[in-house]
Amino acid sequence: MDTLPARPATDPGYNFGYLDEQTKRMIRRALLKAVAIPGYQVPFGSREMPLPYGWGTGGIQITASIIGPADTLKVIDQGADDTTNAVSIRRFFARVAGVATTERTAVATIIQTRHRIPERPLSAGQILVYQVPQPEPLRQLEPREAEARKMHALADYGLMHVKLYEDIARFGRIATSYNYPVMVNGRYLMAPSPIPAFDNPKMHRMAALQLFGAGREKRIYAVPPHTEVQSLDFDDHPFKVWRADRCCDLCGAPDSYLDEVVTDDKGGRMFVCSDTDHCAERRGAGHRGPLAGHALQEIAEGKS
Amino acid sequence: MSAAEPILSVRGLSRRFGAIAAVREVSFDLWPGEVMGVVGESGSGKTTLLHLVSGSLRPDAGTVLFRDRQGAMQDIQAMSEPARRMLARTDWGIVHQNPRDGLRMNVSAGANVGERLMAVGARHYGNIRGAAEDWLARVEMDLGRIDDLPRTFSGGMQQRLQIARTLVTHPRLVFMDEPTGGLDVSVQARLLDLIRNLVAVLGLSAIIVTHDLAVTRLLAHRLMVMQRGQVVETGLTDQVLDDPQHPYTQLLVSSVLAA
Amino acid sequence: MYVAVKGGETAIANAHAFQAEQRRGDAAQAPLTLGQIEQQLGLAVDRVMGEGALYDRGLAALAIKQARGDLVEAAFLVRAYRTTLPRFGYSLPVDTARMTVLRRVSATYKDLPGGQVLGPTFDYSHRMLDFALAADAGEGGGGEAPGAPLAEAPLDPAMPHVTALLDSEGLIQPEPPAEPDAPPPGDITRDPLLFPAPRDLRLQSLARGDEGFLLALGYSVQRGYGGSHPFVGEIRQGPVAVEIVPEELGFAIDIGDIDLTECEMVNQFKGSRLRPPQFTRGYGLVFGWSERKAMAMSLVDRALRAGELGEERRGPAQDEEFVLYHADNVEGAGFVTHLKLPHYVDFQSELELIRRLRAEAEARLARASAEERAAADAFATAAV
Repeated sequence: MDTLPARPATDPGYNFGYLDEQTKRMIRRALLKAVAIPGYQVPFGSREMPLPYGWGTGGIQITASIIGPADTLKVIDQGADDTTNAVSIRRFFARVAGVATTERTAVATIIQTRHRIPERPLSAGQILVYQVPQPEPLRQLEPREAEARKMHALADYGLMHVKLYEDIARFGRIATSYNYPVMVNGRYLMAPSPIPAFDNPKMHRMAALQLFGAGREKRIYAVPPHTEVQSLDFDDHPFKVWRADRCCDLCGAPDSYLDEVVTDDKGGRMFVCSDTDHCAERRGAGHRGPLAGHALQEIAEGKS
Repeated sequence: MSAAEPILSVRGLSRRFGAIAAVREVSFDLWPGEVMGVVGESGSGKTTLLHLVSGSLRPDAGTVLFRDRQGAMQDIQAMSEPARRMLARTDWGIVHQNPRDGLRMNVSAGANVGERLMAVGARHYGNIRGAAEDWLARVEMDLGRIDDLPRTFSGGMQQRLQIARTLVTHPRLVFMDEPTGGLDVSVQARLLDLIRNLVAVLGLSAIIVTHDLAVTRLLAHRLMVMQRGQVVETGLTDQVLDDPQHPYTQLLVSSVLAA
Repeated sequence: MYVAVKGGETAIANAHAFQAEQRRGDAAQAPLTLGQIEQQLGLAVDRVMGEGALYDRGLAALAIKQARGDLVEAAFLVRAYRTTLPRFGYSLPVDTARMTVLRRVSATYKDLPGGQVLGPTFDYSHRMLDFALAADAGEGGGGEAPGAPLAEAPLDPAMPHVTALLDSEGLIQPEPPAEPDAPPPGDITRDPLLFPAPRDLRLQSLARGDEGFLLALGYSVQRGYGGSHPFVGEIRQGPVAVEIVPEELGFAIDIGDIDLTECEMVNQFKGSRLRPPQFTRGYGLVFGWSERKAMAMSLVDRALRAGELGEERRGPAQDEEFVLYHADNVEGAGFVTHLKLPHYVDFQSELELIRRLRAEAEARLARASAEERAAADAFATAAV
C-alpha cells in the first residue's frame, strides 16, 4: 500500500532533486572518496536545505545527489514509513524529483533511513542512506575536532576502549545500546548513527552500499558492499545483541526489533515490529501474533 | 644491547624564544639504568630541555637519538608523528609535575592505568584489569579505589596513579618534571622512596628535572646543572653536591644549606 | 484497531493550513505588505539578511512575513532559498573607506578628520514607549514624526579609518597585506569549515552568526572571560558600492550599493615574549544597520586571535571550535528542535538496557545480603 501516486509531477521552480548540478557533483565526489576510504569522514560543503539541520539534511543531500528518475525511493524513520518526518522527506522528493516512492523494502532502489536498518536483508544494487546527527564516534570523549581527526589519522583509538572499560567496571557489561561504535575494514572507527546495537551485525558484509550523511556537521562517509564492520568489544566481553525477549504481538516475529507500545495507564504494554514493512509483509503471508485480530480490537477499545 | 652504549644521545641542542636563548648547545649521553638529574632555578631552561628531548618541542638546532628495542639509534626529529606517538606510549613515560596533565580526570583510576595498554592493542578486559590492580598495588594504592575518579584522590595519590599509568607499559626511559613538586614534605619523602625503589627494581633510565637538590641527592646518579640555558657543570651527584666547582652550583648548594 | 501515533500526510497538511491561518491572524486587520515590512521593520530585515547570508531586502521581508516575525525561522527560509541560487562570481572587496557615511562614531578620539557623525540612532533616546506611535495610522496621520532636518553643510568626503591614523604611527598591528600569490579567501558557503580555521573563515562565520550568541560572547569577553580591553576605534554605517569584474569586460563595474555596518575595535595588547606592546584589532562587518552585532563580532574576532598573539586561552570566546561550531542559528535551531522527532527506537534500546542493568544490580544486592545473612548465621552458630 504505497502512500503516494507513482511519479507525481516535479515542481518546475527547482532543479531535479532540488540541488543544482554543481552541488550534486561536489557531493558525488565526496561520496566517491568516502567509498574509496571506508569509514573515513569526508568533509563536504553541506548546503542549507529546506528542512532543518538535524532533521535529515545529510541524508537528503546524499539522496538528492544519487537519485535518478528511474529510482524507487523508500524513506523510514524509526523503522516506519508513516512517521511524520519520513512522510515529509518522501513528499519532498516526490515534489522535487518526481520519483516513484514505495514502502516495500524489497523493491526500493534507495532507502533513506533514520535510526534503523530494515529487517529484510538488503541486496546488491540497493543503497541505504543513513541520516547522521553526529558523525564523530569520539565526540563525547574528545570534543576537539582537530584532535579527533588526528586520532583517526593515527588510528589512536585506545580512548574508545577506555569508555567500554569504564562500562564494564561499573555495570559489569558494555552499556551502550545504540550508536554503538564499529571498526570499518579494520581501520576507521565509525559511528553507525543512532541505530540500535541490534542492527549493527546487519552492517557487516552487507551486499548493499551504505552511505552516511551528516548535514549539520558537514561530513559524508560510506561502507562499500561486503565490507567488514566489527562492533568494538573485549575478548572476554564480546559484543552481544539485545532485544525485548518477546515476539511481535501483531505478526508473531520472534527475531525482529520491537517497539514497546503503552496501551493504557495500568501497565498495559504491547510489542510490535519497529519495521512496519516487515510486519505487514509477515501478516500478509498469514503470520499472526498473540494480539492480532480480536484481542487487539479489545485493547484498542479499552476492554479486557 | 650492552650497557656500554647510551640509550639516549643528545648533541648540540638549542632553542630560542624570540630574543631569549632558552637552551644553548646542550649535549649529553644517558646510559641504560642511569638516572640523571637536571637542576637549576626556574628560567634556567631545564623544562625546555625536557620538552626538546622528549620530542614535544622542536629544537632550532641539534639532535636527539634514542636507542630502540632493536638496538638501532632513532633520530627523534626525523620520526613520523605516528611513530613518535607510539614511542611516547610504549618505550617512554612522562611524569608531569601536575598530575592533572598526565591523568584523565574524568575516568576511573583503573581506566587511567589501563588506557596505555588499550592504546597499544590490549583487548582482554580481565587482563587489563589485572594489570591495573597489579600496578596500583606496586605504587601502594588502595585497590578498593580502583573504580574511583582521580579527582577524589589527594595530590600524593594522584601522583602515584600517574606513575602507575606511566610504568604499566614497561617504558625504558622516563622523563620526570618536578615529580614531587607541590606536595607536603612527608608525602614527598614517601613518594621519593617509592620512585627510587621502582627505578632500581625496573632498571629504568630516567631524566629528572627539579629545582630541589634533595630530590636529586636521593634519586639521581649523575647531575647536570643549568644556568641561563647552558650546562655549567656535570658530574656524579654526590661529587657535584659535596664539592661544587662552578660558582653558580656553589651558590645553589649553599642556598640549600642556608635554607 | 490499534494504530501507533504516527502522522499521515493529511495530518501534516492540516497542521500547515492551521499555521497559515494563525499567520494571517484576524482577517479584520489589513494584511501586511512586503513594502511595509521592508520600510518599517528595516532592522528586522537587516538581521534576516545578515543571518540568512543573502542581501535581498524583498526576500527578507517575505521571509519575515511567512515566518510570522520569527527572525531565526526567517533567516532559515532565506538560507534554504540561497542554496538554489546560481553563483556568477565573487565581487571585489568592498572599500568601506569609500562608504557614503550616514553614521560614524569613534570612542578613541574627541574629534578626527571627517568628524563624528551621529546619524540615525537609538543612542541617547530615552527608552520610553511613545504612545503617539500607537495612534491608528488611519486616523489623523498616526502621530508619525516629521522628516529629519538636513545638515547645513555636506559631510567631509574624506573619512579616513581611525585605525589608519594609528597605523601611521605604528601603534596598531598592521593587517597583513594580501600577498600576491596568496590563495583567495575561503568560502564557508561552499566548503566545510575545518580547524584550525584561518581568520577569513572565522570572520565569515561570525558575520552570519546569531546576534544573540555573539552578543553574549562579546559581553563575556568584557567581563573577564578572555581579558580584553577594547575601545571602539570606529563604527561606520552607510551604503557601499559593490563591484565585479566580468570576465568578458576585464574591468570593474558597479552593480549597486549595499548598506553595511563596520566596527573596528582597538584592543590593548601588552606584548609577549615574541612581540612588543601594540594595539591590536578586532573587526566586525555586517549587512545593513546592525550596530550591536558588528560590535559584538569585533570583540569575538579579537578574542579568537588569542592563538596568533600567543595569549593564554581562558574564555569560551577565545575557543574557535566552541565559537564557530555554535554561532550558526540555522544549525543550532535545527539540532535543538530535532529532539522532538521520534527517538523511540533508541529509547527502546535504552529501556531494555536499564531494565537489564537494574535486574542485575538487584540480583547482586540480593546475593550480597544473602551472603551477609549466611555469614551472620554462621557466626551465630559458631558463637553457640
